[in-house]
Amino acid sequence: MNRYSAFGLLRGALNGQKHWQPAWRDPEPKAHYDIIIIGGGGHGLATAYYLAKVHGLRNIAVLEKGWIGGGNTGRNTTIVRSNYRLKPLHDLFEFGLKLWHNLSDELNYNVMFSPRGAMFLGHSDADMVKLAERGDAMRCDGIDADLMTRDEVAKLEPLLDMSRNARFPIEGGLIQRRGGTARHDAVAWGYARGADSFGVDIIQKCEVNGFIRDGDAVVGVETTRGRIGAGRVGICVAGHSGHVAGLAGLKLPIESQTLQAMVTEGVKPMINSVIMSQSLHCYISQSDKGGIVFGGDPDNWPSYAQRGHPMVMEGAIAQGLALVPALSRLRMVRTWSGVTDMSFDGSPIIGETPVRNLYLNGGWCYGGFKATPASGWTYAHTLATGSPHALNAPFSLERFMTGATIDETGTGPMPNSR
Amino acid sequence: MMLINCPHCGPRAQSEFIYERTVDSVPPAGVSNDKAMQTLFTRGNPRGVDEEIWRHTFGCRAWMVVTRHRVTNGISHVRAVGPEALP
Ligand SMILES: Cc1cc2nc3c(=O)[nH]c(=O)nc-3n(C[C@H](O)[C@H](O)[C@H](O)COP(=O)(O)OP(=O)(O)OC[C@H]3O[C@@H](n4cnc5c(N)ncnc54)[C@H](O)[C@@H]3O)c2cc1C
Repeated sequence: MNRYSAFGLLRGALNGQKHWQPAWRDPEPKAHYDIIIIGGGGHGLATAYYLAKVHGLRNIAVLEKGWIGGGNTGRNTTIVRSNYRLKPLHDLFEFGLKLWHNLSDELNYNVMFSPRGAMFLGHSDADMVKLAERGDAMRCDGIDADLMTRDEVAKLEPLLDMSRNARFPIEGGLIQRRGGTARHDAVAWGYARGADSFGVDIIQKCEVNGFIRDGDAVVGVETTRGRIGAGRVGICVAGHSGHVAGLAGLKLPIESQTLQAMVTEGVKPMINSVIMSQSLHCYISQSDKGGIVFGGDPDNWPSYAQRGHPMVMEGAIAQGLALVPALSRLRMVRTWSGVTDMSFDGSPIIGETPVRNLYLNGGWCYGGFKATPASGWTYAHTLATGSPHALNAPFSLERFMTGATIDETGTGPMPNSR
Repeated sequence: MMLINCPHCGPRAQSEFIYERTVDSVPPAGVSNDKAMQTLFTRGNPRGVDEEIWRHTFGCRAWMVVTRHRVTNGISHVRAVGPEALP
């Protein structure tokens, strides 16, 4: 791999920057791979990277039906944090957060990770109790969390409506200062370049539309670019988990729903952290280009349309404007949406399936971007060794049958929450 | 927004309705625990047509089955459920 550096840029300046090479190859699929990963989003590419880097495997392919990073990786609001209430979740996400802090160096690719602080607002005494409880749970496991007073919140985000008659009065907050945002595309591209340098084949415009079976085992995949044999196959297709697992005859505890986001015109810095809320479902941050990035609830019915409904966006915008009234002066320039795989407890599934040699990484709902490094790391371990890493063991598919579900919101088991 | 043709009230804006679950996720009475769990916790989740249970919550409040395409949002059929649908 041609390493990127300031010195390389300077040297390139002397000959018109003609030294630039494609960051990864565009290979033809081989007849057989030891491991095939379906889906070239951040998770699939990170998995391939760690399979090569940590486990020393080389004969690996990532099959992507469109272009890498064109799914939810390239559509998300890029919030990175590990402030979850329940232990299996904050352990997994914290492992990821530690990897985030070093990711640009690790990949020799600037993922623009910006730990500007991820703050949850509390709007009532009950909210503050919930936030304190969450912060305590995190601190018991050595994860940073600071409860904030009203004044501290106002100081960090002066544009919040702190008046007592605000639509959503603010009582305080909980901040994880090591959380923040990152550059979504760069994450996919950085992992792709890293994986490619180890010899991983990244094959785009290659849709998997069937599995090749030998008795109870999967031994390969049917694709739009022909049949490809495989020792093990890992599904990693985000919102399309249900569809792809269905090709192997599996029914998952997942329903696909649309999640939308939007961005305003670029303005000077006005939002300093990532603003979220314990009671509302609206999150606000400012991109490095200056646009205010906004997201809310998923459209609460099943859809693969990759096209959202304005009434849902309207709900998120109403909440955002109530929190930061100054936003009402901005023009929205783009909205978009992605197909997310909503699991019934809100937590991901990373592990084996009832079909031999077939593995699943999915169910990330609206929160998988932050997990990209941890998801890749643990899925690589699972695919390389055939058994889960300690961090993803709780996130098995069987948990729905055994009742050991992991409630993502930390408010009690509510299988009906999706 | 979709336009849902309520069997009782006629075509109404989707914002009056709430999606509940799919028809295939309602366990029939008397099935074994395993089968009931399987039915409750898994979905066909097709990238195509499915039968969904919706409720006209901010209207007549009745349940109905909506046959809908999950990519185009096209609704091909809506039928009433519950006692009022009995012959
Ligand atoms: C609007 C929005 C906002 C979000 N905000 C956040 C956030 O702030 N923080 C956060 O942590 N998470 C967020 N998420 C969630 C996050 O984006 C996802 O959980 C995460 O990107 C999933 O990563 P992935 O690599 O699995 O998915 P993807 O990037 O979607 O990759 C899956 C890939 O599989 C490919 N594929 C599908 N079917 C096939 C097939 N049959 N054959 C071959 N390839 C196939 C797709 O083309 C796609 O490229 C958000 C999601 C959305 C939609």
